[in-house]
Amino acid sequence: MAKKELIKLKINGKEREAAAEPRLLLVHFIREALGLTGTHVGCDTSNCGACTVIMNGKTVKSCTVFAVQADGAEVMTVEGLLQNGALHPLQEGFKEEHGLQCGFCTPGMLMSTYALLQKNPQPSEEQIRWGISGNLCRCTGYQNIVKAVQFASKKMAQGGK
Amino acid sequence: MQKTSAEISGMGHSMKRKEDSRFIQGKGNYVDDVNLPGMVYGHMVRSPYAHARLKSINTDAAKKVPGVLAIITGEDLAKANLAWMPTLSNDKQMVLATGKVLFQAQEVAFVVAEDRYAAADAAELVEVEYEELPVLVDPHKAMDADAPLLREDRTEKNNHIFHWEVGDKAATDKAFKEAAVVSKVNALSPRCHPAPLETCGCVADFNKATEKLTVWLTSQAPHVHRTVFALVGGIPEQNIRIISPDIGGGFGNKVPVYPGYVCAVVASLTLGLPVKWIETRSENLQSTGFARDYHMTAEIAADKEGKVKALRVKTLADHGAFNAAAQPTKFPAGLFSICTGSYEFPQSFCEVDGVYTNKAPGGIAYRCSFRVTEAAYLIERAMDVLADDLKMDPVELRKKNFVPAAKFPYKSPLGWTYDSGDYHAAMKLALDTIGYDALLKEQAEKRKKGELMGIGISSFTEIVGAGPAHTFDILGIKMFDSAEIRIHPTGKAICRMGTKSQGQGHETTYAQIVAQELGIPAKDVQVEEGDTDTAPYGLGTYASRSTPTSGAATAMAARKIKEKARKIAAFLLEVSEQDLEWEPGKFFVKGAPSKAKTIQEIAFAAYTNIPPGLEAGLEAVDYYDPPNLTFPFGTYIAVVDIDKGTGEIKVRRFVAVDDCGNIINPMIVEGQIHGGLTEGFAIAFMQEIGYDESGNVQGGTFMDYLIPTAVETPHWETGKTTTPSPHHPFGAKGIGESPNVGSPAAFVNAVVDALSHLGVKHIDMPITPWKVWNILKEKGITG
Amino acid sequence: MIPPAFEYLRPKTVPEAVALLQQHGDDAKILSGGQSLIPMMKLRLARPSHLIDINRISGLAYIKEDGGFLKIGGLTREAELEGSDVVRAKYPLLLDTATVIADPQVRNLATVGGNLAHGDPANDHPATMLALGVQIVATGAKGARVIAIDDFFVSLFTTSLQHDEILTEIRIPSPPPRSGGAYVKLERKVGDFATAAVAVQLTLDDKGAVQKAGIGLTNVGATPIRAKSAEDALRGKKLDAATIGQAAQLAADAAQPGSDLRGPAEYKKGLIKELTKRALTRAAERAGK
Repeated sequence: MAKKELIKLKINGKEREAAAEPRLLLVHFIREALGLTGTHVGCDTSNCGACTVIMNGKTVKSCTVFAVQADGAEVMTVEGLLQNGALHPLQEGFKEEHGLQCGFCTPGMLMSTYALLQKNPQPSEEQIRWGISGNLCRCTGYQNIVKAVQFASKKMAQGGK
Repeated sequence: MQKTSAEISGMGHSMKRKEDSRFIQGKGNYVDDVNLPGMVYGHMVRSPYAHARLKSINTDAAKKVPGVLAIITGEDLAKANLAWMPTLSNDKQMVLATGKVLFQAQEVAFVVAEDRYAAADAAELVEVEYEELPVLVDPHKAMDADAPLLREDRTEKNNHIFHWEVGDKAATDKAFKEAAVVSKVNALSPRCHPAPLETCGCVADFNKATEKLTVWLTSQAPHVHRTVFALVGGIPEQNIRIISPDIGGGFGNKVPVYPGYVCAVVASLTLGLPVKWIETRSENLQSTGFARDYHMTAEIAADKEGKVKALRVKTLADHGAFNAAAQPTKFPAGLFSICTGSYEFPQSFCEVDGVYTNKAPGGIAYRCSFRVTEAAYLIERAMDVLADDLKMDPVELRKKNFVPAAKFPYKSPLGWTYDSGDYHAAMKLALDTIGYDALLKEQAEKRKKGELMGIGISSFTEIVGAGPAHTFDILGIKMFDSAEIRIHPTGKAICRMGTKSQGQGHETTYAQIVAQELGIPAKDVQVEEGDTDTAPYGLGTYASRSTPTSGAATAMAARKIKEKARKIAAFLLEVSEQDLEWEPGKFFVKGAPSKAKTIQEIAFAAYTNIPPGLEAGLEAVDYYDPPNLTFPFGTYIAVVDIDKGTGEIKVRRFVAVDDCGNIINPMIVEGQIHGGLTEGFAIAFMQEIGYDESGNVQGGTFMDYLIPTAVETPHWETGKTTTPSPHHPFGAKGIGESPNVGSPAAFVNAVVDALSHLGVKHIDMPITPWKVWNILKEKGITG
Repeated sequence: MIPPAFEYLRPKTVPEAVALLQQHGDDAKILSGGQSLIPMMKLRLARPSHLIDINRISGLAYIKEDGGFLKIGGLTREAELEGSDVVRAKYPLLLDTATVIADPQVRNLATVGGNLAHGDPANDHPATMLALGVQIVATGAKGARVIAIDDFFVSLFTTSLQHDEILTEIRIPSPPPRSGGAYVKLERKVGDFATAAVAVQLTLDDKGAVQKAGIGLTNVGATPIRAKSAEDALRGKKLDAATIGQAAQLAADAAQPGSDLRGPAEYKKGLIKELTKRALTRAAERAGK
């Protein structure tokens, strides 16, 4: 076994550190070393996007990144969306528009759509669909996820954050 | 039904889901989120071969990996009589292989280590020596004299599992002999997989001190699983607690018991430690319950005007290495005999033969009430072929043969009594919504220009909600379901059911049923499922049975509570029970509405001011045995455009008109339809678990088992008609599966329609661009 | 799935990285975006003894016009191409390609250099770079050398990079006026490798005839394929239906696809023909603007 390295990162605004073998996948580091289980694993071939987190401002599939690569990085997970105890407009949107069923893909979807709205605050339906094309959902057929993002986009434009 | 206020949010309100708060904050609790002190990890060693003799297993190198605690083989399990386990279909299945392996990815050994990385490393070092055997892949060859014998453990020395038939063969044959027109289609419903986004897994925790086994399990049927563990493992049932935590989608995949669960339990019993086993996606696709794999032939006898006279169906069912179908005992081919569909066939005969092949075992009911999807697909395809043979509009043909609304309850020639339906109404709404006549004109014009456009219709009938108990059981356990409601002193409630949500929104919809029946606001009703220590026994959630069974039980339990509430209200108001009237949330004195007691006041009195002669408390349990199944239906219309150069198919529009009786939560119903249509779309165009000649699984990862993204997925348009079920307590049917059952035929019919003028009558799913291109090339259209 | 163990090394400079490659031999691998390598490691199809993470080396990620080239640093992420003004303005072929590689999350990490150095004929950049006639800069112990893209792809998963070389830059010749390109990909779904795809780069003369054409084919052979005879057939000709049809047929003839789950070989050849027509038409439209 390769020796463990100390990995320090800022996750959801908090400095955290833990030791990890170099081969430890970031998703396992987040879920098991840091205990943030909102980020999920849905496949083993980097297809499903359930493990999507935001690393240094960009969405990545945390099952396809080694934890050592995130050493020193700023990482955001679904647990970081809540602001001062209030739901983010995207979280509200997913609930209001029935953008989730089993909830397993939802954290990854939230991360991808969060990044999308950062980059493009008023995306068209097509841009939303392409924006979540790295996230699979088996329940919703995506239509209400699109609506959820539109809900959030509108709310954010009205100053909701 | 009286509509309640938004505050109460009973039936018909699009209440936002109660369960969402935790999911949108990353606070769901799925099985892989369970983390116990001292927990260790299991990893399965699987066979690379589809059929091979097991010569030896050497675990020496694997045991040397730091952190490895145990390696369990089939021989180890055999000592405890656990090498095999019963399936849900009166067959048995190897837990870990002994003697030989029968499919690629079959479970061979189970490695337990302190962390999942060490377990994976050790699993790779388990040395297994195999001697390859001839492989049987094609089910059509399973009964050949020279076919390799797969199941040496059986008394019958062949690969035949069952023959099942229903209907009047002689009368049907006679009708065919006399018929003016006979149409025929051979249609494959290909092997596919439910692939919920969360794979299967468990955490088994045996406490040696208390002798209690707790298993967190991805289970759609936790109570049945507890009983199976008790029967198979010899553990007293009271010492087993199954907890189905949040489930990341099921779709039928999480009904069976899988070898990994058994191994984790055995490892925990042996080590006295909690053992987690979570399968990978590839393991999920390659080894757990596949669906379909029905090789079907349908023939329709009709007169020249298109009135159908008889339906004859013959089917070969490929079950893989073990018959691990999850279905009611008396129905080896599930409810496939719903294959007469929405049409009034005077006669029908249907037969199914099941065979073994060297493939993963199954097949389970994937978002489907036991082979209904196959049946609906077959009849809707066959009706289109008949229409084409007769040069009739498929809409006209369907209308001519629909079971008329006046004839319900309708007894089908294959023995079902359809509870209610108005097929013409659903068809009309779908046609009006999509603008059928204009589309026909457009198609005619496009054909003149050489452009390919197709319209596909599917007017399906579903059959969901098993029981009744006199006909339906699984492993002898009757298919009732249950609900228990307790009203707290402050008028809030908790209810528990024998079902288990996997995303369907039970925490909201069951609460709405209670709200409707008792007037307690749905937000004040906590719904809990999945813990066998607390919930009443039930058969679980699949086959669209939650609303028809536990939903009904919830209403019945609520009505029992209401009867007691009436007694308490009469006492409190000092009138007789007959003088009371109910409106949602309160009893009042007839003619004096201000003299009233709310359900909350009544609940408080049930604990604080108990009427003489009554027990304290306000609670009820109901075990509901449905008198019949329910028969949801609908008409779906797909419009497709075909790219002649590449064979790509674009679904331009899709209208789904569903009728599931009275609706609890329209928002949730629509969400179910969107999801089911998307799965049907994937099945029609993208998905197949195939095998090569050597039995190597193709499409065993998400690289090749294609799940559509938001980009490919069409925009769905929905509509509804409402024909209540006459026997269900609040007139509901089921909805979760209709879109998956009804849509594949609409898609396929649309593509075939686009090519029908070229003489194309049928294309097997999945209809990929290359299949279309090959046809176009053959017809000289492209290339 | 769990990758096998490895030693992790994080050099700060290219020479340091090259030295580590030399020190650890054939079993050492460069970790760039990791979006091909890590999935292969999880499937245990790749098991490097050492991973040399070049992501912290500064100065390897850039997109700049310089000396008649668009220079792209080897470590440039695919997503950067999508966001680049110069790419959007002048390199439509590159932009087309960058938007259809895998999916958004993968493009945020995957690098242009890695996409080429992996030597996978199913990747999208190889065909594009063949069509653009680029140069590859490989940096090793003796410094940098330039490899013509035509000499870069050797066989399946093998390029002409030496084991101790790192792909540090891609140099795309700046297109003359009246140039345009297009990448047309057919995939089974977003995120999939191409069933087949065609990259076309055209330069037209004043009269609208083809002065220069580059055509690259994705996933229809053991290596990415440059359809030279199709290019030759276009030179000096106006892009009428007959010329496009002839070039498309020649491109299809150059394809050597196998049959697999994406379709039979004959279909893929047919696709190449059709997609070549579409790519030529789109590229010509863009060149004409």
